[in-house]
Amino acid sequence: MDTADNGTLSIKNLSTHFFTRRGIAAAVDDVTLFIPKKSVVGVVGESGCGKSVTALSVLRLVSRPGRIVSGSVSLGGEDLLAKSPAEMRQIRGSRISMIFQEPMTSLNPVYTAGRQVMEAMMIHGGTGKAEARDRTVEMFRAVGIPEPERRFRAFPHQLSGGLRQRVMIAMAMVCRPSLMIADEPTTALDVTIEAQILHLMKELQETFGTSIMMITHNMGVVAEICDYVYVMYAGKIVEQAGVFELFDDTRHPYTLGLLGSIPRHGSPKGRLLGIPGTVPSLLDLPKGCRFSPRCDRAERYCSEREPEMYEVAPGHKVRCFHCSGGSKGGSP
Amino acid sequence: MARYILKRVVISVPVLLGVALVLFLLLNVVPGDPITIMMGEHIKPALVESFRARMHLDDPVLVRFVRYITGALRWDFGVSYKLEREVSDLIRESLPHTIKLTVCAALVSWLIGIPAGIVSAVRHNTLADRFFMGFSLLGISLPIFWAGLLMQYVFAFRLQWLPVTGYYSLRYYIMPALVLGWSSAGAIARLTRSNLLETMKHDYIRTARAKGLKETAVVTAHALKNAMLPVVTVMAIQVAGLLGGAVMTESIFGIPGLGRVAVNAIADRDMPLLQGTILFTTGIVIAGNLAADIICAFLDPRIRVE
Repeated sequence: MDTADNGTLSIKNLSTHFFTRRGIAAAVDDVTLFIPKKSVVGVVGESGCGKSVTALSVLRLVSRPGRIVSGSVSLGGEDLLAKSPAEMRQIRGSRISMIFQEPMTSLNPVYTAGRQVMEAMMIHGGTGKAEARDRTVEMFRAVGIPEPERRFRAFPHQLSGGLRQRVMIAMAMVCRPSLMIADEPTTALDVTIEAQILHLMKELQETFGTSIMMITHNMGVVAEICDYVYVMYAGKIVEQAGVFELFDDTRHPYTLGLLGSIPRHGSPKGRLLGIPGTVPSLLDLPKGCRFSPRCDRAERYCSEREPEMYEVAPGHKVRCFHCSGGSKGGSP
Repeated sequence: MARYILKRVVISVPVLLGVALVLFLLLNVVPGDPITIMMGEHIKPALVESFRARMHLDDPVLVRFVRYITGALRWDFGVSYKLEREVSDLIRESLPHTIKLTVCAALVSWLIGIPAGIVSAVRHNTLADRFFMGFSLLGISLPIFWAGLLMQYVFAFRLQWLPVTGYYSLRYYIMPALVLGWSSAGAIARLTRSNLLETMKHDYIRTARAKGLKETAVVTAHALKNAMLPVVTVMAIQVAGLLGGAVMTESIFGIPGLGRVAVNAIADRDMPLLQGTILFTTGIVIAGNLAADIICAFLDPRIRVE
């Protein structure tokens, strides 16, 4: 499925490093990721694993001291890393848009919701004010904002969290982008609102044919909305598979840990399974497999050599020595 | 919005009255008889009595305070002991000079301070940033009298570009405005820089960039409007302070403004004049704060609600 020309986004061997005073942190390390047309692709991992930096790298909005050091990012076959800053601005907000985790702080408090959505359209579409206004109100209606004309004139502090996230989605969708990056869009919301927002995104994705890159740490969100999933750990992809395959035939111990961390109704004994330990510092990564210090199946060689991505089934790859030969695992 | 403004105006009234009362008590209840100050110690007691009666000095303090306030409301602050003229006339004569100086100094301060602050924030930790911050630190730290004398020496005495002192045309106001404006510009530049840097870290700035806005638009349209709130407040208070009389600058450059009048009143123990100028200045400072509140409410919708 890695044929770049029929996809929306193709990231190849992307590395984004942060050049800090204490050393170089490889927040994104040799990541290869593909988003087919009209699909929802999840990027999953704990906080600090590099998923947000991957997203910001796509938009080339990584702020200093971070910098993309190698790899390629192409949108519909065009190399984004070769674009000039002006060309890149034309792409942001019109062909790739992004929504963020905190709807409370992601809107500018001193402008009305309508104005902020209109702005995206006016800088890209070259539309007049009247038309931009009409289309914004229309978009507000499409994202399920009640009384869109009144909400157009509302300031962010006058809207609830769910409504603000709908405004963000309206802003992201108003220019009909081919890719929308959603960085933990529902993390700050109530569970009931979360379900509504996910439903809305799926609906918009189907209506407008926009692809979505869904960044989350929540396996429930993945199950709800994604077609294909990448699991990231400490800057690297550790497992990738179709969503059903990932849940039915989980191979990587880390993914298993993520799934075990979800409370499940009717699971034997009340105890939640977690992953022991914490995410390693990017400045001081363990040798060999980055997950080995926290892995209950780690052998000695795991901390000596780094595993490659092994294809365990069509479209299902795993970065683990124990998963290369089927779910029982074996030695390299 | 109208309700907000009304509320602010109404709140200002007791503040002004309170200041007036404290001022009145301080100047009237403290020891020291105005008549003796006026006429010296060796005068006939009968003469003192007649003066006391004429000036209603034997009335209770509260009665005198009410009389004073009702007078002030009619723009009547009494008569200067020393100059034997209406205090209101003296204020009216000196005010135009002070206003001219204030406008010139505020222009210098804003036109230098705000752009310097923006450049320093956008290009922070660069040479430009260091230059502007050093420049503003100098402005804040240099005492007005020293900077003023230095300028007079360089521009008036050595280069002979500008007149040393006086108030006869706009040319005379250039140096005082630069001296005063520089010190205010320093504060404005530093405040603008730190607020803008802080604002640029907000999530909505990332949103604006992700929208595809140019960096200049991100800074001017999205960041600056948020960052300017505290700066506007300081600007308004500075202007109010300048209108209250830049005592030092007016003295050095020989401008007969409000500050000079107040200083002379202190030197002459001219209580009605002192009281009048201080009350007038207080009114201006309160008005400046009120203006700042209203401008901030225009900039930030969250303030309007309450």
